[in-house]
Order: sequence, then C-alpha cells, then structure tokens
Amino acid sequence: MTVGLFIPCYVNQFYPQAAVATLQLLRKTGVEVVYPTGQTCCGQPMANSGFEHLTQECNDLFLKNFQGFDYIVAPSASCVLHVKQHLHSTDDPARADDLRSRVYELVEFLTDVLEVDDLKARFPHRVGIHQSCHGLRGLYLAQMSELHAAPFSKPLRLLSKVDGLELVPLDRPDECCGFGGTFCVAEEAVSVKMGKDRVNDHIRNGAEYITSVDLSCLMHLEGILHRKKSAVKAIHISEILNASL
Amino acid sequence: MGNETKDHAALAEAFIRDEERVDWHDGALWWIRQKRDIASRQIPEWEALREAASRIKSHVLSNLHDYLLEFEANATRNGIRVHWAADAAEHNAIVYSILKEKGIRQMVKSKSMLTEECHLNEYLIERGVDVINSDLGEYIQQLDNEPPSHIVLPCIHKRKEEIGEIFHEHLGTEKGVSDPTTLTRFARRHLRDVFITRRAALTGVNFAVAETGEYIVCTNEGNADMGAHLSEVQIASMGIEKIVPKKAHMGIFLRLLARSATGQPITIYSSHFKKPREGQEMHLILVDMGRSRQLGRPEFRDSLKCIKCGACMNTCPVYRKSGGLSYHNTISGPIGAILAPNLDMKKHADLPFASTLCGSCSNVCPVKINIHDQLYQWRQVIVKEGYAAHTKVLGMKAMAWTFSSPGSFSTLGKAGRWVLNNIPVAVNNRFNPWFRQRDMPEGPKESFSEWYARNHRPGGAVDPAPKASSDLQSIQPE
Amino acid sequence: MSARDSILAAVLRNQPALSPLPDLSPFRGEDRDLIARYAEIFAGIGGQVFRVRDLTEINALARSRFDADRRFVTTLPELGEPFETLSATVDPHSFNDVELAVIEAELAVAENGAVWLPEHRMGQRIVPYICQHLGVVVRAEVIVPTLHEAYARIGAGQYGFGAFIGGPSKTADIEQALVLGAHGPITMTVFILEPTTVPTEPA
Repeated sequence: MTVGLFIPCYVNQFYPQAAVATLQLLRKTGVEVVYPTGQTCCGQPMANSGFEHLTQECNDLFLKNFQGFDYIVAPSASCVLHVKQHLHSTDDPARADDLRSRVYELVEFLTDVLEVDDLKARFPHRVGIHQSCHGLRGLYLAQMSELHAAPFSKPLRLLSKVDGLELVPLDRPDECCGFGGTFCVAEEAVSVKMGKDRVNDHIRNGAEYITSVDLSCLMHLEGILHRKKSAVKAIHISEILNASL
Repeated sequence: MGNETKDHAALAEAFIRDEERVDWHDGALWWIRQKRDIASRQIPEWEALREAASRIKSHVLSNLHDYLLEFEANATRNGIRVHWAADAAEHNAIVYSILKEKGIRQMVKSKSMLTEECHLNEYLIERGVDVINSDLGEYIQQLDNEPPSHIVLPCIHKRKEEIGEIFHEHLGTEKGVSDPTTLTRFARRHLRDVFITRRAALTGVNFAVAETGEYIVCTNEGNADMGAHLSEVQIASMGIEKIVPKKAHMGIFLRLLARSATGQPITIYSSHFKKPREGQEMHLILVDMGRSRQLGRPEFRDSLKCIKCGACMNTCPVYRKSGGLSYHNTISGPIGAILAPNLDMKKHADLPFASTLCGSCSNVCPVKINIHDQLYQWRQVIVKEGYAAHTKVLGMKAMAWTFSSPGSFSTLGKAGRWVLNNIPVAVNNRFNPWFRQRDMPEGPKESFSEWYARNHRPGGAVDPAPKASSDLQSIQPE
Repeated sequence: MSARDSILAAVLRNQPALSPLPDLSPFRGEDRDLIARYAEIFAGIGGQVFRVRDLTEINALARSRFDADRRFVTTLPELGEPFETLSATVDPHSFNDVELAVIEAELAVAENGAVWLPEHRMGQRIVPYICQHLGVVVRAEVIVPTLHEAYARIGAGQYGFGAFIGGPSKTADIEQALVLGAHGPITMTVFILEPTTVPTEPA
C-alpha cells in the first residue's frame, strides 16, 4: 500500500512538525509513504471565497501530484473535505472522481482503512478536543450534537488509546471556533469572539492542550492563546498520536 | 461589499464591542438550541420526521402551480377572498384597498415576516392607517423603531432594562421598572384595549392546506387569534411557498416546528382558519416577491422549504455573536443569508460571507435545507456577478497565481516565513486583521517540504527512518 | 397579464420535475399510558391537570380555584351555576370580562399536551383566547398518542375554525423570561373525565 502524503500549504509553511508527525505515524503502521514535491494548495481558500472558478489550475496540479497512489492522506479535515467535494477536472473527469474517492483525513485513514488499534503513544496531559466543523459535519469523523443519532468519535477512539491522556469534557463540545478561512480576517471581530469563547471553554474545563484534526482551527486558537499569554497549547492530533514514552 | 451601507462585518463589530451583551445574547440563544436538542431527543423518529418534512416540501415545490390552484379553489369555496400579489407594492396596495373600502384606519397585526419584508407598516402609516404589532417582541421593536432581529424572538438582542426604558418613554411605566412579568402584564392590558377596538386584523400564515383551503397560524401568545376573532375584517398574508398538500401532513410539520424553534412540544396555539366568522370578511393574499424566481434557481430552490422556526439562527455561532440586526435584512441568520441575495444581490452580497460554513444550521434545520452549501454556492454566484469587493478579487487572483505554481508558492512561502521571523512588525501591525487580537503563528526556519528534501533522496524515494530536524519545533511537549 | 396569471406562469416555468410524496404510514404513536403521558406533558408546559369522575367535581374545582364572583361561561349547560351557557351569536367583544371559560375538547394529544377544539366546541372562536382562565374537559377516551392520530380523526373536519391549544398563553420575549398570560389565558386547566376513577386528586 502506498500513500501519497498531502500536506496543505499552510501546514507545510507554518506547522512542519505536524507534517513530520503525520509522516512518522503513517510509517510506524507499516505503510509506504511518499510526499510528492511540488504541492501547493487545494484551492479551498479561493473556493470558499467565491472564486471556485479560479481553482482549476490548483485542481490540475493536485491531480498531477497524486496520480497513482492507493490512498492520499492529509493532516487536515478541511482540505480533505474540499478535495472530496470540489476536485474536478475538465480534461479527465473520471480521473478526478477516482482520486476524490482515495482522499482521507489522517484520523479516518487510521481508524477506517488501517483499523489501527495499538498506537504505543504516551501523552500524560489533560487534553480538550476541538471538533473541526469540516471534520465533524463534513467528513463525519464524529457524531454531531445536532442530530438525534448514535454517538461515535474517531478522534476520541484514537486518543483513548494514548497512554496517560486525560480527556477534558467541554461545555459546548462541537461549536465552531470561528476560523472559517478568509472569514477569520473578513469578519475579524466575530471570528476572534468565537475563538475566545472556544478557548475559554477549554481553559475553564482544565485543558492543558487543545487538539484537533485541523491545524487551521488550531492556528486561530493558538493565536488567541498566545495573545492572552495562556499556558494552554494547541497541538495537532498527529503529534499526540505520534508522541512516544 | 456594501459601500453605501455598513456591511455585516462592520455591524457585527459594533455589536461585539458590548461584550457583556454579546455573552448574554450568545448564552440565551445557546440555551434555546439546547432546549431544541432535548425536545428532539424525546422523539425517537426525529430524523425520519425531518426527512419526511423535507420530502413533502420538495414535492410541494415540484407541483406548486397545481397546489396553488387547488388551494385557491378550496379557499374561495370556503368563503375566503383570495388575492395575488407579485411584489411588495402590490401586496401593500391590496391591504390598503381592503381597509379603505371599509373606512378602517386602525389595524392590529400579528407576526408576519412577509409584511416586514414588504414594509407594510410604513406604507400604511404614510396613508394614515395606524398599525400596531401585537406580538410582544415585535411590539417592543416597533416602539423602538427597529426591525425584528430574530424571526421567532424579535427583541432577543435587547436587555430588560432597555425594554423598561422603552416602556417608560412610550407607555408611561414607572422609570426603572424592568421586571419581565411586570412589563408583560402592562403590555397585556395595553394591547387588550387595542384588540378590543380594532376592526381589522392581519396575520401571517405558517401553513396553507391545498386539500381543504384552510391556513394555519402558530403563536404562543394568542395574539393572532385575539386580533382575528374580534375583527370584522381579517387579512392573512402568505408567501406562495407555504402550501402543504394535505392536512395529514400537518402532523409532520407541527411535531417539528415548535420543538425546533424553542424546544416546546407544540406552539400554544395552532389555529386552523377555514371560513370567515358569521358577518366577517376573510381575505388572503398570496405573495410571490421573488419566490418564483428562487424556485427557478436549482441550487437555491430548497431555501423555499423554510418553515421559519429560527433553529438555524439559534445554533449559528456567527448569529449568536453578531446579533440579528447585523444582517441588515428582515430575515437574519443563515436562512436570511441564503434568501436575501435572491431579493437584492448587490445589497446583500456580504451576507453569504457572514458564515464560517460550519454546517450546524443545515443539521438542525427541520426541513433539511442544505443552508451552508447554499451559502457556498451564493458566494460563487455573487463573485461571478461582480458583486465581490474589488480588493478581494485582486487578492484571490494573486492567491490563485501563487498556488498554481509550486515555484512561486515555495518562494513566497519562504519569503513569508522570513518576514515573520525577521521583521515581525511587517505583519504584526494593526493593518493586519489577523494580528489585531491574535498572534501570528511562529515562522519555523524550515518548511516541511524543505525538511523532506533534506531527509529524502530525490524523486520521492523513502529514507528508512527520517527524524525530525532539530530546526523544527519540538513535537514533544516539555 | 394579472398578478395571478404571471405568478402562476412563473411558478409553472420554474418548478422542477415532480418528486414523490413520502409514505407517512410509519409515523404513529404508542397507544399506552395515554392519560399519564398526557398529564405529564401538559403539566410540563405550565398547565394544570385534574382527573375527575363527573362535571360536579369540575364545578367544585372551578369554584374553589377561581373567583366565582366573576363571570364563568361554558358550552356545557350540565356544569350548572355559577356557569353561564355561552351564546354563539352575541358580539364576541362581550366576552372581554370572562374570568373562566370551560369548554370540551374533541381530542387531546398525549405527546404534546394540546387539545383540539373545533369552533362549535368553543362556542365562539374568541372564547378560549379572551378569557382570563381556560378550563378544558377532556374525556379520557379522546386522548390520542400523537398529532398523526389526531389529524386522522379530524379528517376534513366540518369546522370553520379550529385550534390545537397546548397550555396557557405565554411569552418569553423579554430576556427569555417565561411569562404565562401574554394576551390570552393566564392559566389553563384540563379536567380529564374518567367516569370509573374514584378519587379526585391532582394528577
């Protein structure tokens, strides 16, 4: 099994440690991982701003980079959801359809495809899970509070296997953090207020770390935590799952 | 966006300045969302009900022409006078002509978002007709000369002290009185006199049954009924999308409506108006006002399924933090943001962007409108139609160019990280909206792709045991 | 072209291909403990429930719980003094001084606590709204599980007006503080009539 590692643009530039953790975690499970160089962006920031019509070149590049892999895995629910919903090709639609079906967010790849049971990870800290909206309501990584349906959580399933990790319950377990792509600057006041309220929920409930399947949410929450000089840290779920004794 | 008037971002920013109010507003609406969750979980078949409601509405929209004719025929047979209005002007003129014919100069009106959209009150007041809103929240908003900020809870953005002040100023209550029960009792006495003396009453319509020609009005206060049953002329204004095929379908919708709206098992009053009272005139105005146009937009058609429960507003974090008035449209929140661009795309170009696309709205919606997908689609339409702000267009074109080529991307990325580390003031300044209340991410010395190139042989072949570079931030806490 | 014709033409032009109606037959409630479930829900929405054997008990409860010096009206002549049997023809405004109205429901819904009142059961349309306090007699056998059973029983219905009423008039428009008695009744009492029940007691 060969996995193409899809590292979103801002993760590549700002959060290489999460990308490294993702790579190492995947290799630990025994799969072959290749990082196609020449990746840029999936096009989501443009598409969500109403410029999906300008994303064809991003799509073509993505199709070129990730041709021929059994799976494509990324440490970002948001980018994965965008690719799953919007990756199209004018030249070769069938190829885009095929590729879309092979794209996975890291956690769902670990739980659904690899069916990982033993992580050998240790992270002796109190952790609050920030449910990324695109992971939750887009990729169904966990049951959302809106629906009257049976509960489940793929991130929780993995985190519960991490030695020493204590999960912190939240007052609002799946409320949006307010990042929202370009929303975070276009609607700065609302975005920050939403982020502050999310951060305070974690702090109030005793979290030392806030983790998520999306670094975009975490970048926003981390910016707020830093500004208020909080000791609470934001950390991508791959780094916890890859943390060793 | 919105050069003439303030857009959602600016109005929201103003609302957020009073953080204590925002926290109260957010908490009150979140409490209602939680009541909705509790109520919905008491119905084992809740999700099946939502699916059925959505499919009934799909069916109605696919056969609306015939159902409108069926409803008109049955309502007319029942003695209801049915009128048709293409737009607000026609609707308002019909109401005025009905009143004028009877020489009526005072009317009481229960909650009707449609007449708010039509600006009926202003129109009638200009013509010497006095209109009083009888829903308590709408009455308060009318006294304060503001539109409703929420379709179910019209003055949810106001604190009780402010309402006490409005009552003191307009109704002469004692200064400083702000107890909700005291104020409500005062309004009750005052509005009782209004009900008793008005010859005409206008109500909205929640549902209209094609099969029987009756319409259903849901309230908690009983204000629609107090007006209607004491009036000699009763007028109902309804959007053409409010039709349900059969009365049996009401079982589905009434099980969903109040539970979704406020967590109640049913609204206190679900009134079924079929025939006028002896000696009374009953008029019903079927209003299009952009609905037939929306019906013709396949990606936005389902917005017409809305039963106006307000659940999408209560759950929307953007709505809760920014307040309904920041949407500068009669119907605010997520549903307002997908309805408004159909009415005036230029004026409401900002609204589909007033969302993080978190998707909560679509999943509480009792008729399963894909609200957040439609917000995304409206963004595409608004940009293509040329209503996006000029600066945003340039920025996006630059972004598209950057990301279309790996070379330009890595050069710019490297430059960006260099700037972050070496001249942070270039990005960490008040002109950068990210930085105003948030720190920028720390710029690592090396990107992942650079690290990967250093640790792997060219061509993507795998090194047996790559280790995190010491340049990278430690992934081990402490 | 008239507004009617142009609207209908636009609707016809823009409506999508016909989609089917869903099957509603799976939607039905459970036919058990209807009285207890009804009473629990109705109490939960701010109503009062009494389980009684006959109208005499209702009369006694009405006298003891409401101001009998004020005007009591009813559609049930058997209720007797001090109730006045209300007229279906007088000016509806004349009910503005009614303290208590007692009328009989055609149906009651266990799942939501509402009673179904077609116009002829109200006496006049305004009665259950204009009174200060509303009393509704519900015969135990007319309680149905959900609205689905209720609408099935109502059928087309021979009424000019009818309403589900589920509790006292209420508002929470001022800071979400619940206030009973917005414009309509301040209280609503349901008397569940069970001829076989022995004691009179709050449910």
